[in-house]
Amino acid sequence: MQAALGTLNALPVWLLILIKSAVLLLVVVTSFAYAMLAERKILGWMQLRPGPNRVGPWGLMQPAADAAKLILKEDLTPKTADPLIYKLAPFISLLTAFSVYAVIPWGASPSGTWAIGNVNAGILFLLAITSIGVYGISLGGWASGSKYPLLGSVRSTAQMISYELAMSLSFVGVLILSGTTSLAGIVSAQATWWFFIPQCVGFLVYVVTAVAETNRAPFDLVEAETELVAGFHTEYSGLRFGLFFIAEYVNMLTVSCIATLLFLGGWNAPFGLTMIPGVLWFVAKVGAFMFFYMWLRATLPRLRYDRLMAFGWKVLLPVATLNLIVTAVVVALRG
Amino acid sequence: MIAFWIVGAIVVASAVWTVTARKPVYSVVGLLINFAALAALYLSLSAEFLAVIQIIVYSGAILILFLFVIALLSSGVAPFAQGPNRLPRIVVPAVAIVAVALVGLVAGINGAAILTPSVSPSGSPLGPVGSAGVFGSVADFGKALFTTHLLPFEVTALILMVAVIGVVMLAGDQTPYVGSSKQAARVERQAREAILRGGDR
Repeated sequence: MQAALGTLNALPVWLLILIKSAVLLLVVVTSFAYAMLAERKILGWMQLRPGPNRVGPWGLMQPAADAAKLILKEDLTPKTADPLIYKLAPFISLLTAFSVYAVIPWGASPSGTWAIGNVNAGILFLLAITSIGVYGISLGGWASGSKYPLLGSVRSTAQMISYELAMSLSFVGVLILSGTTSLAGIVSAQATWWFFIPQCVGFLVYVVTAVAETNRAPFDLVEAETELVAGFHTEYSGLRFGLFFIAEYVNMLTVSCIATLLFLGGWNAPFGLTMIPGVLWFVAKVGAFMFFYMWLRATLPRLRYDRLMAFGWKVLLPVATLNLIVTAVVVALRG
Repeated sequence: MIAFWIVGAIVVASAVWTVTARKPVYSVVGLLINFAALAALYLSLSAEFLAVIQIIVYSGAILILFLFVIALLSSGVAPFAQGPNRLPRIVVPAVAIVAVALVGLVAGINGAAILTPSVSPSGSPLGPVGSAGVFGSVADFGKALFTTHLLPFEVTALILMVAVIGVVMLAGDQTPYVGSSKQAARVERQAREAILRGGDR
């Protein structure tokens, strides 16, 4: 193992990054596929039905069947659409969804952090990339040239801007406690206390904003099928729809990773169970957060749009600000 | 250096596209590319924090509002379809004169090196980017912002606050201003009656 690592480290940097990226891409896409299957299974069980169980044993080949279906379907572009932007939008969504993984560390070994790039301003990079992600949705909705997508994209833009603010503020409390903007540094600062205990308010704010940021139920006003057909991706079909779909699930995975890194101790093992490798802890925590997501979707009804905005601006933002001030004062007083 | 020229070309090309694009949304996309390339330029100058902030603030917040407004105002329709779509003829000599003047200015300041942009005053810009003590790191930036430049920072914050309040005053709530709660109750009752009568007030 050590020898293998030695030869890996001897490779030129660009090749190493390329290999790491390819492996990570494979991992993320596979986890997307099975997160989707898991969601359908879990939703099924929660609604007392079996869920997908026809393709392969226990329905395990369902993602492959879905992919084949999406690839084979006709790729339609409406006459009223703006062809260039219409085709560009899914790529923006997918690109931003994946590029976040350039800075997310998965684990740590004595020789370094398991990440493609250990960026010092990692958390700022995360915020920057996720703030670009909204372009895919809003451009896609606009370029479709019909009214439901436009309404969906306008909603999503307003919603994502509003909730991003509270989300960033909930990060700052963690930054103050850990004293660094590097994601690996934040995780190592949680060796004794995971930040969701001292930052419980921040964690709550983050959980709510994370659901809203990824446009998931109960904040999925962007694609509210009872009002907007399918929201911003009404006109998309085939693989282009598939790209949006992948981006949504990858974003779910991303916010779960961020929650794990910032609040749930990253790859730190709980109760001193250090014989289980850190990566597995990381994956388990991300998985738990993903399950929570699906649970929410099965449980809660959709919010009304004005209430959603009022909640974001009048509750979450003040609470996050207050949390930030209290954290800053406490840290300053304790020196 | 090669990266500088490639990114520089992207910056200029996207800026030109932003100005010349016929649909406002294309301009937004052009500007988006421009901001991203500009952030890459900042990165190559090892101003890591500035690069990230450039993306967060300009691409993530300001530009998305542009898009928001443009998408609402002109869904699919180019608004300038009928208007004159030509820059005035004077633009060609004007651009030439400005370009010559700029080159002269840069040459005057910089001695000779126009085609080899000076990257950093002190040696290599490539260091362990972001750690304290290295030019452009988050820690140093924050310290400088909140100690040496605290007053300008606070004044800027105040000015922005004034702007926000001004916007709220200009575009905010359209309900008529009333002096007392009694008056407010009367206005509200009248509005309700108007709605009940079936007419919009």
